[in-house]
Amino acid sequence: MTARIAAVSALLALTIAVPLGLCRISVRPAIRAAAGIYIEFFRGTSLVVQLFWLYFVLPQLGVRLDAISAAIIGISLNYGAYGAEVVRGAISSVPAGQVHAAQSLGLSRGMVLRHVIMPQAMTVFVRPWGNLMIQLLKATSLVSLITIADLTYRAYQLHQLTMKTLPIFGMVLAMYFVMAQVIALATSFADRRFGQWRVRSAAA
Amino acid sequence: MIPTGVWDWQFAAAILPQLLAATGYSILATLLSFVAALLLGLPLAIGRDAASPALRAATGSFVELVRCTPILIQVYLLYFVLPAAGIVLPALAVGVLALSVHYATYVSEAYRAGIASVSRSQRDAAAALGLARRTIFLRIVLPQAIPPIVPVLGNHLIALFKETPLLSAIAIVELLQTAKLIGSETFRYNEPITIVGIIFLVLSLTAAALSRRAERYANRWLPAARAAGQGTPRVTGTLPARDGGMKR
Repeated sequence: MTARIAAVSALLALTIAVPLGLCRISVRPAIRAAAGIYIEFFRGTSLVVQLFWLYFVLPQLGVRLDAISAAIIGISLNYGAYGAEVVRGAISSVPAGQVHAAQSLGLSRGMVLRHVIMPQAMTVFVRPWGNLMIQLLKATSLVSLITIADLTYRAYQLHQLTMKTLPIFGMVLAMYFVMAQVIALATSFADRRFGQWRVRSAAA
Repeated sequence: MIPTGVWDWQFAAAILPQLLAATGYSILATLLSFVAALLLGLPLAIGRDAASPALRAATGSFVELVRCTPILIQVYLLYFVLPAAGIVLPALAVGVLALSVHYATYVSEAYRAGIASVSRSQRDAAAALGLARRTIFLRIVLPQAIPPIVPVLGNHLIALFKETPLLSAIAIVELLQTAKLIGSETFRYNEPITIVGIIFLVLSLTAAALSRRAERYANRWLPAARAAGQGTPRVTGTLPARDGGMKR
C-alpha cells in the first residue's frame, strides 16, 4: 500500500510539477503570479492539515473522496508544488547565453525548450527530484492518520496487538530505509544516464 | 450553538481563541525542537568530519538512517520504546525529542555544507598571517560559513513547524489535534481545519519573510559579490564595493 501510494503520487506530482514549474517562469506576469500563489499555498500549509482537509472537510462540501484518493490527491498536490520549484531551479540553471545562442540560430521557442533547455536542465533536475521523492515516500506515512492501512498503520496495529514495540518499529524503519535506498539508487542511475548531456567544456 | 451552512462565521469566531491558544503550543514545540536540533546538529556535523573513520562511519549511518525513514515512525518508536525501557517522559518531551533528532540530522548537513563553502585559500591566508586556529575559525571561517547556512536553517524551521501536526498522533493537543477535537464534538470540520490551514499558511509566510531578513543580516559580513548571491567569492584585482550587494 505504501509503495503504491508513493508511486502513484510521485507520477501525479511530476505531471503537476513540470507545467507548474514552466508557468513559474512564464513571460506573462499573471501566470507567474498564479503559479506562485499555488506553490506558496501548498508549501505554506502543512501536508497533514491538507490531508485532513481533503478527508474531513470536502465531504461536508458535497465532494466525497475515499481515504486513498484523498491521500493521493493531497500528496501529489503538495509535492507537485515542491517539485515545481525543483523544475524551476533546474531550468533557470541553464545559462541564458545558451538560450540566446539557440534563438540566434533561428530555433523556435518549442525547439529551444526541447533541444537546448531540457537536456541541460535534466542533468540538474535528477538529484533534487530524487531527494524530493524520498521525502514523498516518508510523507506517505502520514496517510495512516486518515485511516489508510499503509505500512505505518499496520505497524501501529501490530504494536497495539502484540506490544512488541522495538522489533516491529525497528523492522518498519528498515523497510522504509530500504525503499528510500531503492529511490536513491534509481536516482544515481538516472543521474549517470542523463549525465551524458552535461556540458563538458567550461560553459559561461 | 449549532453551526449552519458551509461556513458559519459565528462558529468560526467562537472556536478561534481555542485554536490560537493551541497555536501557541505548536509554536512552543517548534521552537524547543529547533533549538535542540541546532545544538544536536553540531556534534553530528563534527562527528561526520572527524579524524576517526569509525566515528565518521557511525555518525554517517545514523544521519542516513534518520533522514531516510519517516518521522512519524520515529515518533511512535520513541513514544512506545522509551516507556518500555523504563523512561517515562511527558508526550511533549517525546515529540520534541523526536523532532529535534530528526531535524538535527538535516541541520548537521547544513553546518557541514556551510563550513565547506568557505574556500581553502581563506584559511591558508589567515594561517599565513599567523592567526591562531581559534581566531581563524571564529573570525575568518565562521562569519563566512553562516550566511549560506541561514536560508537553509530558515527552510528547516518552517518544515519543522509544518511537521508538528503529526504530534497529534501521540496525543499531544497541538493545533491540529485541537481542531480534530472541536470537529468530533460539534461534527463540524469545515471551520476548524480550514482555520488551522490558514494559521499555518500565515505563520509559514511570516517565517519565510523573517528568514529572508535574517539572511540579509547575516550577509553583512560578506564582500558584496557574495551577498548578491553570486556563489563563492572570487579573488579579483580590486575589492568589490561594500554596499553594492544589498540591492536585490
